[in-house]
Amino acid sequence: MSLTSEFTKGLWKEIPPFRLVLGLCPTLAVTTTVENGLGMGAAVIFVLTCSNALISLVRKLIPKEVRIAAYIVIIATFVVAVELLMKAYAFALSESLGIFIPLIVVNCIVLGRAEAFAGKNGVLLSAADGLGMGIGFTMSLVAIASIREILGAGQFFGISLFGPDFQPFTLMAQAPGAFIVLGLILALMNIMGRPKIANG
Amino acid sequence: MEYFLMIISAIFVNNILLAQFLGNCPFMGVSKKMDTAIGMALAVQFILVLAALIAWTVEHYLLVPLDLQYLRTLAFILVIAALVQLVEMFLKKSVPTLYQSLGIFLPLITTNCAVMGVALLNIKKEHGFFDALIYSTAAAAGFGLALVMFAGIREKFEFSPVPRPLQGTATALVTAGLMSLVFFAFKGMI
Repeated sequence: MSLTSEFTKGLWKEIPPFRLVLGLCPTLAVTTTVENGLGMGAAVIFVLTCSNALISLVRKLIPKEVRIAAYIVIIATFVVAVELLMKAYAFALSESLGIFIPLIVVNCIVLGRAEAFAGKNGVLLSAADGLGMGIGFTMSLVAIASIREILGAGQFFGISLFGPDFQPFTLMAQAPGAFIVLGLILALMNIMGRPKIANG
Repeated sequence: MEYFLMIISAIFVNNILLAQFLGNCPFMGVSKKMDTAIGMALAVQFILVLAALIAWTVEHYLLVPLDLQYLRTLAFILVIAALVQLVEMFLKKSVPTLYQSLGIFLPLITTNCAVMGVALLNIKKEHGFFDALIYSTAAAAGFGLALVMFAGIREKFEFSPVPRPLQGTATALVTAGLMSLVFFAFKGMI
C-alpha cells in the first residue's frame, strides 16, 4: 500500500469505468468530442482528489450513521466550486457539458472511492487514489471520445481530418454509438487481461 | 395535446436512459432479473417524481428568492438523500415486506443520475409545477420501461452462447446500444 501503487491502480488495474464499472452516465454522455471528454475528466480529477483528501482528513470526526450524507455534502461543495469555476473560465465547455457537471455529485466513482477508500485511509494515500482514478477516468473518456469523434464527425478535437467530402458514421456521435463503443472496448479489455473484479 | 407530446417525447423519443444517458448504473446493475428490475422501476418512479417536485419547490421558493441558485446542486442532492432516507424509514415501519424485497436498491436510488438529472432538467426547461409533474412522471416511466425491457432481454442471455470476452457488461452495453437505436425510430413519430 504505497503512494505510487495507490496512484497507479487507477490508471489500469482498476481503471474506471472499464475495470471499475462505475460512472457510466457521464462516460456515455460527454464522449461525443475529445474536448468534452477532457473537460469532464479535468472536473472529475479536481472533485475526486479534493473530496477524497478532505473526507480522509475528517474521517475520524464523522459519526458512522451520517457517513454517506456527510460525504455527499463534501462532494457537493466541490462540485459547486467546479461548476462556478467552469462557468467563469470555460463557459462554452460548461454549456456543452450541461447538466453532467452538477451530476458529478452522483457520479458513483466519487462517492464509491469516498466510501471504499478515503473513509478508511490517510490523506496522502486518499489523494493519490483520487488523482489516479481521476486520471484513469480521463484517459478512458479521451479514448472513447476519440473513437466517437473521429468516426462520428470526422474530426479530432475540432480539427477536421478527412476533408469536406467525408461521410461520417454519425451513429457514433449519438446515443447508440456511445453504448456500443463502450461495450466493444470493454470486450477488448477483457481479451487483454482477466479483470480483477468480475463484472456483469 | 401539448402534454401528450411531452409524455410521448419523454418516454420514447428522448428516453431518459436510452437517449439522455441518465440512470445507467442501476440499468447495468439491476437488470439481470425481472423481479429486481420491476422493483427498481417502481421505486424510481415513486422517488423520482416526489424528489423532482420537492426540488422544484425548493428552487422556486427558497433558492430564487434568496438568490442562491448557485447552491442548486448542493440543495438538490440533500433533498434527494433526505427523501430516500425518509422513504426507507417509512417503508421499514409500515410495509416491511416491500422494504425487504427492495433491499439495497432503495438507498442506491440516491446516486441514480436519473433522479438528480430530471430534477435539474425541470429547471433547465423552465417547467412550471404541473409541467414538472407530467415530465417527471413520464421520464420515470420511460426509465422503468427501458429497464424492464432490458431485463427481459438479459434473462434470455442466460441461455445464449456468448463469447467469453463479451460476457457480462460488454454485451449488456451493446444491447443497450441496439435498444437505443430502436428507440431512435420514434423520432419519426413527432
